[in-house]
Amino acid sequence: MSAETTSPAGASDVTLYDVDNPAPVIEPPRKRTEKTPKSTRTNFELYGWLFMRLSGIVLVVLVLGHLLIQLVLDGGVSKIGFAFVAGRWASPFWQVWDLLMLWLAMLHGANGLRTVINDYAQRDNTRFWLKMLLYTATVFTVLLGTLVIFTFDPNIR
Amino acid sequence: MSTPTLDKHSAALDAAENTASHTIKVTFRIRRFNPEVSEEASWQDFELDIDPKERVLDALHKIKWDQDGTLTFRRSCAHGICGSDAMRINGKNRLACKTLIKDINPQKPITIEAIKGLTVLKDLVVDMEPFFQAYRDVMPFLITKGNEPTRERLQSPEDRERFDDTTKCILCAACTSSCPVFWNDGQYFGPAAIVNAHRFIFDSRDEGGEQRLEILNDKDGVWRCRTTFNCTDACPRGIEVTKAIQEVKRALITRRF
Repeated sequence: MSAETTSPAGASDVTLYDVDNPAPVIEPPRKRTEKTPKSTRTNFELYGWLFMRLSGIVLVVLVLGHLLIQLVLDGGVSKIGFAFVAGRWASPFWQVWDLLMLWLAMLHGANGLRTVINDYAQRDNTRFWLKMLLYTATVFTVLLGTLVIFTFDPNIR
Repeated sequence: MSTPTLDKHSAALDAAENTASHTIKVTFRIRRFNPEVSEEASWQDFELDIDPKERVLDALHKIKWDQDGTLTFRRSCAHGICGSDAMRINGKNRLACKTLIKDINPQKPITIEAIKGLTVLKDLVVDMEPFFQAYRDVMPFLITKGNEPTRERLQSPEDRERFDDTTKCILCAACTSSCPVFWNDGQYFGPAAIVNAHRFIFDSRDEGGEQRLEILNDKDGVWRCRTTFNCTDACPRGIEVTKAIQEVKRALITRRF
């Protein structure tokens, strides 16, 4: 009555395993044991979770407003140039807007990527180095952007 | 004289034909793994004549008893209470004893495999130890301070209602083994452990809620939940698992702010 869909299990290596010498089973990734995970007793994940929700709400306004100004109003992308940016950054309002958008978007995105890496990178070393790369890139971008916003000189030659 | 006999005979025949027409031919495609034979798991087809109103567990019994005695699976009560026979049927975690064959399209082969995210020991049997370790780690028992009362600890119906949903858990692991976060990282507590923590956190008689919240506040606690709702879909007891997890999150936030 029974019919194999694939070739019968282990037809070729049937002599390899028997009752006294069973095949290795496949362990799930990072299985929970009595010793792990170690308790850290911090609220980092709570604040991270909360930050994602709050920054997300603020970013909806900031990013959509930004896209509207840059791409739609006053002739669209064709108006964007050095003069346009210099004109906007003359006002502290747009400086704060862009600074806030830079920090929130970068931290929001970095935290999202951090959870993706935590979820999907299986080996401890891979996770560690991927996260280090992520943090380096985030810190670099945030600092560079902040520097530009604060030291922007419209009369640069 | 012969007429009644004939009548009786044809009636019996009709009955036989009727019972025969109740059964249909169903193919069960089962994921087999036997470490004593091979390190590879493979699919094996079994064909059965079975009444579609029977359950998947009845089909597994028929296969084990009549066709292949080496087929290995767990079942204890066979009536949806013990939580032994959670398995992945047509790609969804269900209890074999609560799934009717007619409900899962018997025209196509019905695939049956072990639940995911736990070590398969043989065929449909998995190592539940990491699952129960997470359960033990949330301290699923009544914690109280002070002297024991001389009579039972009373509770109002409203207070009981608060955690009624999560008392229904039978620890079958259908939710935890349907969770994509748990598949990728076994350190995550998983929905079942959080449901059983919820059952005591929101119990007015219990005084260990603070401790359990602290445990679930850690990096492998409730904050890893991505609200994919796989657990709620999988739960054979109809527990709103994701809602319970969200209530624990809310309790953690309102505790702090």
